Amino acid sequence: MFYRENGQFKSSYREDQQILGIRQDRWFIFGLIAFAFLVVPFVASDYMFRAILIPFLIVSLAAIGLNLLVGYCGQISLGHAAFMAIGAYAAYNLVVRFPQLNFLLVLVLAGLIAAGVGILFGLPSLQIKGLYLGVATLAAQFFIDWVFARVKWFTNYSPSGSVSTAPIELFGYKFDSPVERYVLVLAVVIVFALMAKNLVRGHIGRSWMAMRDMDVAAEVIGIRPMYAKLSAFAVSAFYAGVAGALWGFVHLGSWEPAAFSINFSLNLLFMIIIGGMGSILGSFIGAAFIVLLPITLNQVLPPLGALVGMNFGTAMASHLEFMIFGALIIFFLIVEPLGIARLWAIGKEKLRLWPFPH
Amino acid sequence: MRQRKIGEVILDVRNISLSFGGVKALQGISFDVREHEVRAIIGPNGAGKSSMLNCINGVYHPQEGEIVFRGEVRRDMDTHHAAESGIGRTFQNLALFKGMSVLDNIMTGRNLRMKTGILAQALHLGPARAEELREREFVEHVIDFLEIQAYRKTPVGRLPYGLQKRVDLGRALAAQPQVLLLDEPMAGMNLEEKQDMCRFVLDINDEFGTTIVLIEHDMGVVMDISDRVVVLDYGKKIGDGTPDEVRNDPEVIKAYLGVSH
Repeated sequence: MFYRENGQFKSSYREDQQILGIRQDRWFIFGLIAFAFLVVPFVASDYMFRAILIPFLIVSLAAIGLNLLVGYCGQISLGHAAFMAIGAYAAYNLVVRFPQLNFLLVLVLAGLIAAGVGILFGLPSLQIKGLYLGVATLAAQFFIDWVFARVKWFTNYSPSGSVSTAPIELFGYKFDSPVERYVLVLAVVIVFALMAKNLVRGHIGRSWMAMRDMDVAAEVIGIRPMYAKLSAFAVSAFYAGVAGALWGFVHLGSWEPAAFSINFSLNLLFMIIIGGMGSILGSFIGAAFIVLLPITLNQVLPPLGALVGMNFGTAMASHLEFMIFGALIIFFLIVEPLGIARLWAIGKEKLRLWPFPH
Repeated sequence: MRQRKIGEVILDVRNISLSFGGVKALQGISFDVREHEVRAIIGPNGAGKSSMLNCINGVYHPQEGEIVFRGEVRRDMDTHHAAESGIGRTFQNLALFKGMSVLDNIMTGRNLRMKTGILAQALHLGPARAEELREREFVEHVIDFLEIQAYRKTPVGRLPYGLQKRVDLGRALAAQPQVLLLDEPMAGMNLEEKQDMCRFVLDINDEFGTTIVLIEHDMGVVMDISDRVVVLDYGKKIGDGTPDEVRNDPEVIKAYLGVSH
C-alpha cells in the first residue's frame, strides 16, 4: 500500500539505471545512513561499538569482497582471511616504515598489495574450477599464515610474533575513542560498498556474472576469461585487504597471525551463503547474522535455561551456541539457499502488491 | 520477394578436419558463405553440424584446414578474435546467463565495445556513465526489434522457452555481428513461435544485411528461408547447393530426407 512505484515515471535511461529505483527505497537507505551517522554515535555504548558495530562493519566489507568473487564471478575462495592478513600486515609495514603516510593512502596501498597477491593466487582459476579451485585457495590460506608466522621481517622482528599499532591519525586528528573509530569505519565501508555496487551494475560486473552463469557463452560473445576472473580476484582481494587493515588497526589494535586463520575464512563464506550470494545487501545481512548471533545466544541462553529450571555454565552455553549456530546455518541452506537477501527481495515484491494477493 | 544483393564470399571454410580421440567429427569439410546470404547446414544427428559452427567461432580447434574470414586466413580461430572480428553465435541448448535479467543478458553482448576501466566503473565517473547510456540505447533497439520490451527486467530463467531463445538471439545481435551463426534457433518451438523466429531471422538478414549460417532440422523452414544448403552426414559433406538442388540430390535423400512413399 505504501511501498509501490505508482506515479514514479522514468523518462531517461539514466533514471532507469539508478541503484535505488524506487523512491521509498531511497528514503529508507538515506534514513538508515543518516541514523548510523547522526543517532548511533550518541546512543550506543562503548561496548556496542567495540564488540558489535565496528566488527560488523569491517567484516561486512570483507564479505562484500568475497561476494564479488564467489557470488558474482562464481570462483570459490576458501582463503579470504589470508588476503585480509596481507592487507593488515601490509598496512602495518607501511605505517612502521613510512610513518608520514596518510592512513587513507595506507589503506588503499594495503588493498592494492592484497590485490596483487590475489591475482597471483587467482591464476589457478584459469585452469581449474569448483571444488578444486577451493582447494587451491586453501593453499593460499596456509601459505600466507605460514609466511607471517615465520618470516620475521613482516612483523618487524617483534619477539612474540604479534604486532601492535598506534591509534590512527588523519589530518592531525586522532581517532582514539570507539565512537570516532566507528564513524571512520562507517564512512570507509559506505564508500566501498557504493563502489562495489557501481562495479557490479556496469560492464565489468556483467562480465563476472557471465563467467559465473555460462562461461562458454561468455567467451563466445568476446569476454576474456582471464581478464574477467583475475579482475574479480584482484578487486575481491583489494576489498579483503582494506578490511584486513581496518580489522588490525581499528578493531584489534594488536594481533598475531592466528587472527586471520582459516576459521575467519570459513566464517566469511558462511556470511555470504546466509546473507545471499551475488548481493551487496546480502553481505551486510550475512555479516550482521554471523556477528550478532553468537552474542545474542550468549545473552539469551542463560535466562532461557533458568526459565526451564536448568543452569547453564559458561562452557555449556558456548557449546549450545555452536550447536544452535550450526543448526541455523543448515536450516537456512535448506529453506532459502539464496540467502536472506532473497527473502528480503521476495518480501519487497509482496509488499508492492499488498494488500492484494497479486 | 525479398530484395537483397548477395555479395562476395565472406567466410570460406577449407578442408576442415576435426577429431576427438578416435572419433572423426569432421572430415575435410569445405564450403563458402557469401555476404548477405542465408546459408543452412543440415544433416542427421551427430553429423557434425554443431562441431562445424564451433570450429568457425573458435570453440573447437580443427586439426586440419583453414578458415578464411573477410580475407583473413586463420589456421584456427580463438573465441575472442572471432567475436571481435564480427562472428556472432546462438546456442542449441540455451546458454543464457541465468542469474541476470533480460536487459543485462543483452547488454553483455555489447561488452566488447565497453572499454572503461575498473576505477572509472567503481566511481561511476562521467565516461563510464556515458558509455553505459550509449550502449543501453543500442540494446533498447534490439529489445524493440525482438519485441521483448515487457520482459526487460525479468530474470531470464523465469521466461518461457521461446522467449529465452529470442533473448539468446538478442544477445548475439547486440554485438552487431557480420556473420551470425544460429544453432537450431527453432528447435522445440511450436508453429507460431517458429514463424516468429523465421520472421526475425529474415528481418535481421534484410534490414541489417547480416549474413546468416543456420543449423535447422525443420526442412520446411530450411527450404523456405535459405539461399544455399550444405548437407553433412557422419562428418562428411554429401551435398551443397540451392534448396531445390539439395532436395533432389539422391544421396541427400538417401542419407537424410528419406523417400516419400
